[in-house]
Amino acid sequence: MARIKLRAILNMKVSATPTALELIEDLKKTHGKDLLFHQSGGCCDGSAPMCYPANEYMVGDKDVLVGEIGGIPFYISKTQHEAWKNTDLIIDCIKGMGGMFSLDNGTGRRFLTRSEICVPENSTIN
Amino acid sequence: MAIKRKKVAKKKTNKKKTKLVKVSKKISKTKKKVAKKKSATNKPSKVFKKKNKINNKKNREVTNMSTETVKSGVSASLDTSHLKVPFPFKSKYGNYIGGKFVEPKSGKYFDNVSPINNEVICQMARSDAKDVDAALDAAHEAFKEWGKTDITTRSNIMNKIADVLEKNLDLLAAAECLDNGKPIRECMAADLPLVIDHWRYFAGVIRAEEGSVAEISNSQYSYNIPEPLGVVGQIVPWNFPLLMATWKLAPALAAGNCSVLKPAEQTPASIMLMMELIGDLLPPGVVNIVSGFGLEAGKPLASSDRIAKIAFTGETTTGRLIMQYAAQNLIPITLELGGKSPNVFFEDIMDKDDAFLDKCVEGFVMFNLNQGEVCTCPSRALVQESIYDKFMEKVIARTKAVVQDNPLKMETMIGAQASVEQMEKIKSYLDLGKKEGAKVLCGGDVAKLNSGLENGNYIQPTIFEGDNSMRIFQEEIFGPVVSVTKFKDEAHALEIANDTLYGLGAGVWTRNGNIAYRMGRGIQAGIVWTNCYHAYPAHSPFGGYKQSGVGRETHKMMLNHYRQNKNLHVSYAENKLGFF
Repeated sequence: MARIKLRAILNMKVSATPTALELIEDLKKTHGKDLLFHQSGGCCDGSAPMCYPANEYMVGDKDVLVGEIGGIPFYISKTQHEAWKNTDLIIDCIKGMGGMFSLDNGTGRRFLTRSEICVPENSTIN
Repeated sequence: MAIKRKKVAKKKTNKKKTKLVKVSKKISKTKKKVAKKKSATNKPSKVFKKKNKINNKKNREVTNMSTETVKSGVSASLDTSHLKVPFPFKSKYGNYIGGKFVEPKSGKYFDNVSPINNEVICQMARSDAKDVDAALDAAHEAFKEWGKTDITTRSNIMNKIADVLEKNLDLLAAAECLDNGKPIRECMAADLPLVIDHWRYFAGVIRAEEGSVAEISNSQYSYNIPEPLGVVGQIVPWNFPLLMATWKLAPALAAGNCSVLKPAEQTPASIMLMMELIGDLLPPGVVNIVSGFGLEAGKPLASSDRIAKIAFTGETTTGRLIMQYAAQNLIPITLELGGKSPNVFFEDIMDKDDAFLDKCVEGFVMFNLNQGEVCTCPSRALVQESIYDKFMEKVIARTKAVVQDNPLKMETMIGAQASVEQMEKIKSYLDLGKKEGAKVLCGGDVAKLNSGLENGNYIQPTIFEGDNSMRIFQEEIFGPVVSVTKFKDEAHALEIANDTLYGLGAGVWTRNGNIAYRMGRGIQAGIVWTNCYHAYPAHSPFGGYKQSGVGRETHKMMLNHYRQNKNLHVSYAENKLGFF
């Protein structure tokens, strides 16, 4: 019950761990600063935050700009945002092959989305 | 079904595997008769030896490049001798292009590890756009003939492919188990039998198919003739490496197309073994396999203006990107992007304590199949509140009885997650579920196994209790994790079942046919299994509603995703229309 209330009053925020910020900086060196993130859903690499050159991924008004990490805008589709919005996203970096066409792919490191329950700014959870 | 088949497979086991070499020799002979003239000339073994010599000269990153089967080179945890098959992999694989294994143009390889213990089992070509181009060249060359090859010939070749795979079922099963981490008994009882079934189904179905004729008038006819698209790009996921490759290759080839296929970088090896076994049954260039990373090899393939179609299985963000590329090239796509499938249990299942109830309990525990790495994993269970406590008691007990061990053991029911990163993702959801306030009914953590499996990727079968608004109910975790909630009545069950972004699969369990029918029609999903789950015969269509994708796979309807319709519109009238 508390959760349903939370959905109404809270909004997703995104942040990045120091290791993720480091990887973002490394990707900027290789691919330039004009990048974006798009939060994926679904199977296989679903739930992975994908990083692309900004001009290669089309975002539109069916996407929500959640915030910025390392100066890079972070998007999620509107429908997924609705389902996920009681959580804050913490973008981490772990060892791995990376997701599909995302720029971390093949670097030996990859981004991983971790999540926390949103903390209300001016109210308490009941 | 799975278990029955397993017994059959087991019986055969002893005799067969040791005969591998003989079998492939036999095949080389028969295949020459099947595939026309020049088509199938390269015996895989020779090609391999050649290729490895080339590699020896040029490769910079790999030092140890034995052409021998590794056999003794791996640790005891990866030993396959109890299955009566040799270690299935060579020490390294190039790309399979134009009917032979060739070194990647950059000379680069990457390590392929087994999720069983994260040990390196072989090295794979780390391909780039140049290799994709070479594969596309070979495919376009091959299409000139293959697209016109008569249907009987194509069908016969596909039947031969099925025969060879069947003869080598245990070896391929061991390869799939090592590459992906799934239990050997699933590989032997489900993955490989389905692969074989699929080749045979499409071999059969194209023989019985024909175009149509419309009589527009008594002197004017429209002949509809299916024609192949040409060269298609196919990107395969890591959860069922051989089966997903077959889901894409078999209909494409049956329809007369040539393919450039990229396996997932997490599971790139078993398909190379498959090509070693069946490659010479096909004319060179009809199937080309390019291994490597998504960004370096998958993207050039998906965005190429030399493919007539792209088929992709994966997640939604990449699915959108694939559509973008397809939009630029104005080509068709098929996408399979996952789900969050509801598995609905009505109270009447507990009217009797009988075999059917036992089947329902198994139906719940199916979330463990393939470690939950299935797009249609029944990862949301909806249980009617009147039977909730009693039914949950049974399914928890059954879940706790799931044997988790080295997937190469015949008794193992749940193996290793396909990659470390996948295991990390599942862990992040286990954490989140707890933070969201879901109750852990069993499992809930990483499984620590010993005896050489300490470094493998193991997750405990986990049951969460919560409500459908939680993220663990809304997003595909792709692990052995089910989230359970209660419902009051049929309408409530349907409401929860459809409260999701996805619509790939669903399960309905009831003794009441009317409820089953209404729920089956009401649930917005491509496949609703009624009193069964995880059934994937070749002639049962598979695909998603909503954000689960575009198009269907399996079933003869798949052929039209790989074909154009040629309308030959003919007038047999002598006289002009009279307009001009």
